Amino acid sequence: MAAPEQLKYTAEHEWVLVDGDVATVGITDYAAEKLGDVVYVELPSIGSDVAEGTVVGEIESTKSVGELFAPVDGEVVEANDAVVERPELVNSDPFGDGWLVKVRFTELPALLSRAEYTALTGEWPPR
Amino acid sequence: MTEAFLARHVGTDADAQSTMLDVLGYHGLDELVEAAVPRAIAIADRSTEAGAPGSIPAAATEREALTELRALARRNTVRRSMIGLGYYDTITPAVIKRNVFENPSWYTAYTPYQPEISQGRLEALINFQTMVTDLTGLDIANASMLDEGTAVVEGMLLARRASKSRSNVFLVDADALPQTKALLASRAAAVGIELHETAYDLDPATIELDVFGAFVQYPAASGRVWDPSAVIGAVKAQGGLTVVAADLLALALIASPGELGADIAVGTSQRFGVPMGFGGPHAGYMAVRKGLERQLPGRLVGVSQDAVGKPAYRLTLQTREQHIRREKATSNICTAQVLLAVMASMYAVYHGPRGIRAIAQQVHDATERFASALQNAGIEIRYPSYFDTLSARVPGRAHEVVAAAYRRDILLHEVDDDTVSISFDEVNAGDDGFSQELAAAFGIEWNGRSVPGRGAIPEQLARTSEYLTHPVFNGFHSETAMMRYLKQLADKDYALDRGMIPLGSCTMKLNAATEMEAVSWPEFAGIHPFAPAEDVQGYLTLIDQLETWLAEVTGYDSVSLQPNAGSQGELAGLLAIRGYHHSRGDERRSVCLIPQSAHGTNAASAVLAGMRVVVVATDDLGNVDLDDLRTKISEHADELAALMVTYPSTHGVYEHEIRSVTDAVHAAGGQVYVDGANLNALLGYARFGDFGGDVSHLNLHKTFCIPHGGGGPGVGPVAAKAHLAPFLPGHPFAQRIEHHSASRAASDPGAGGSRPGMVVHAAGPVSAAPYGSPSILPISWAYVRMMGAEGLKKATGAAVLAANYIAARLREHYPVLYSGDNGLVAHECILDVRPLTASTGITVDDVAKRLIDYGFHAPTMSFPVPGTLMVEPTESEDLAELDRFIDAMIAIKAEADAVGAGEWPTDDNPLVGAPHTAQSVVVGEWEHAYSREQAVYPVASLVHNKYWPPVRRVDQAWGDRNLFCACPPPEAFA
Repeated sequence: MAAPEQLKYTAEHEWVLVDGDVATVGITDYAAEKLGDVVYVELPSIGSDVAEGTVVGEIESTKSVGELFAPVDGEVVEANDAVVERPELVNSDPFGDGWLVKVRFTELPALLSRAEYTALTGEWPPR
Repeated sequence: MTEAFLARHVGTDADAQSTMLDVLGYHGLDELVEAAVPRAIAIADRSTEAGAPGSIPAAATEREALTELRALARRNTVRRSMIGLGYYDTITPAVIKRNVFENPSWYTAYTPYQPEISQGRLEALINFQTMVTDLTGLDIANASMLDEGTAVVEGMLLARRASKSRSNVFLVDADALPQTKALLASRAAAVGIELHETAYDLDPATIELDVFGAFVQYPAASGRVWDPSAVIGAVKAQGGLTVVAADLLALALIASPGELGADIAVGTSQRFGVPMGFGGPHAGYMAVRKGLERQLPGRLVGVSQDAVGKPAYRLTLQTREQHIRREKATSNICTAQVLLAVMASMYAVYHGPRGIRAIAQQVHDATERFASALQNAGIEIRYPSYFDTLSARVPGRAHEVVAAAYRRDILLHEVDDDTVSISFDEVNAGDDGFSQELAAAFGIEWNGRSVPGRGAIPEQLARTSEYLTHPVFNGFHSETAMMRYLKQLADKDYALDRGMIPLGSCTMKLNAATEMEAVSWPEFAGIHPFAPAEDVQGYLTLIDQLETWLAEVTGYDSVSLQPNAGSQGELAGLLAIRGYHHSRGDERRSVCLIPQSAHGTNAASAVLAGMRVVVVATDDLGNVDLDDLRTKISEHADELAALMVTYPSTHGVYEHEIRSVTDAVHAAGGQVYVDGANLNALLGYARFGDFGGDVSHLNLHKTFCIPHGGGGPGVGPVAAKAHLAPFLPGHPFAQRIEHHSASRAASDPGAGGSRPGMVVHAAGPVSAAPYGSPSILPISWAYVRMMGAEGLKKATGAAVLAANYIAARLREHYPVLYSGDNGLVAHECILDVRPLTASTGITVDDVAKRLIDYGFHAPTMSFPVPGTLMVEPTESEDLAELDRFIDAMIAIKAEADAVGAGEWPTDDNPLVGAPHTAQSVVVGEWEHAYSREQAVYPVASLVHNKYWPPVRRVDQAWGDRNLFCACPPPEAFA
């Protein structure tokens, strides 16, 4: 699990961990908390092409549905089967075992820093 | 002595109202409502019009209304129906009629959103689901559909969602029920699906297979029983899904759709003990194979566990539904037919697998005996394989045979000039004298001794698999056991017979006993929906009067009672708008503007009407943001079809600018759909049609006293201005195609040559039966008849007074989120729990569940605003009950404050522990920071009248993550 400070973010409440040309994507602790108990995760299939800003998956709680947006253009190289089996990982470890997909990207768009992201959400988690 | 019904319906008398008005600082009801309703929309005093044509007659007493209903009933003629076509006479076991159908513990309950107080009907529904999965041979069934015809439509839409085929074509069985075909045609056209009708009995090699799905009627409308597995397999091989509409009783004897490879099975459970009722209400059903459960429309009951790990039922996978997923929902349907599904499931519980099989066998044997009598007389049976329906060939004589049967009080279906169809059922199968009469109609000899040959069901289709094996279907076959089982389940639930159900936007008012009386009279209950017009004159008169009255109170010209739920009324209204635009060549108009604060169903319905949803912002008060509306209108000017707006708003406020809103839409060529969900705040004081509405749906199950039935039935009439009236739903079997129209012009464009004052509703149907669910219309008829126009207005005043009284008394404890003119709310108020959560950690869930310990059903939670409670007391609650609720809310606030002050730990207090079962306070050591008394008797009055929830708080996430939707094994409850 990477420290939240080392991750990049999107305004759609996703985090991105860049390693070479592969971006690991998950949703933030803020998003997980707002969704509530996650009960179902639908992820794109491996090998599928995704375009930045399009909906590629869904994260469902008992009372709402969150959409997973691709933060980059590229090809899905891995999807987290563990989170499909155990959706509660999104709540218990959003920045670690609750990661969702890995995308091999061609070009990295501008992403938010931790400070820029927390400016959107307010201080999180609240003290 | 006859007391006016008004005083029975409205809970607060003059003294109570004056006490409440004092709290608010008003002198009279009218003064209060007139201060709340914007002057621009208030109607002028209409009382001078009493007695004018089309207006509502002066209030009748309960006795007078029943006398009039008796007179209407006498104008219906009950004959023995052999029409079939999806509707069969059935014997409602008296123990079910008395203990479910006529029992307020079942019929006054609400949809089981609050699982802790709904375990009884949730168990009954899981029995229903188990019954359907067993009989259909599929994996997961939902908790009912509105009727068979719409279930087939939903099956088609499901197939399109789930199929990998890119085809836009859906195959339709040529031998399907005609009303189902009509429904498919109108619904498919709206969403751009192409239907290809196919005779499956032709050479299978000629069947077109580039389709996303196929529909099979099993047995077929003609009665033919055939093996569709080759068709199903061929469709599947091409990536398509097959929807099979199957007769549940037939499935006791013939192979199930699941065994034949079907992906989806649909149908009706009507003949499991639910009267025909001239078309409804009945519970449709849908079952799917594993893997399609997330695509299911409607409610689904699943097993979860409560806070101490005991099994508990709840509604599961709710994220599929319109209230969460809006325009991306699997369907627009919400409430379905819970009361009727409960009855059908109890029919299966009472008869058990052997009993159901015996009934099916008896029906089949009677059919076979009659077939052999016909054949012996030289009359050809068109299909030699059948279950209960025969297509008899009587060349050139069909009309004559049907007429001869009619003279013997038997209704047959004339298929064409040469063919008569005859359907046997549970009632006529055991009656030899009846078969003799029937034989006479055909002019043949009847030999009652003839023995069935047992060859009419092909051997490979004989049912060999078991069904209804769960103990619940095998332990309640004596009447004593059944009566006690029904009582045991009813005792687990909280319905209006226990106390107030203050659900905002649900209008849980009184369902008076007098209103309910006529529903089970045979002259209303025992009528086939396609009976000849001369047999249903009482019904047609009642329907005409109710249509006229509803048009009058809403300011519209014409009303259709066909939609079986609010969602279907919305769809019918939007389809009318679509039809209107198309008739003018405005086919581009397909954008539907929907405010952010709208109920999710609006968006889901718009999609099913072939429209594209564009969301309009709402301001801080929940009103339509006029600037954003104007922007969206100008962005989509050429494509604007409609705006859907709820009035008063979903925030329970009389929106001030409603006329500016409707004017802006009209100026751009759009139509205004006013959602009538909140009509209870308006009736008698303002009319949708007067302030710019072109079309609306009403909810007779809210405003007009049809009970909620624990989640259905509902009736969602659609009311329209004259220009939209020709596009209201019609039906191929309608006994009367003309409907009342308040617009007197003889030359209404598109009125289809109808007489002055009348209009033909000429669009396709939205329900399987011509008048939807007519057997419950006497409820609303009686309500209007006994209230009169003045009474309806007084009820509105009392409802608005009650809501404002609660708002005023609770304001200092919970902020009231929205209010309109003079700080007043409409018929409901939103209490903000978020500040309490911020200061104490106690959530809206905790407050809602704690209310159960205080003996209340929670208000609507987190709609339309998360973290809030929306309270709608209705006019029917008396002041003592309102005060009891207010006191409970104040006491709960004090408990939360004690948590905030550190007197109780945040994880161990009466709120997070709520609700408390009896078991939780008596078993084992009590190791909590609060006392047992505080847990279950927080106020003294509960000692005398206590509702005990059967389970602790239900774990929502566990149920969704561990999906299980059938009866759990008995050891799960050990």
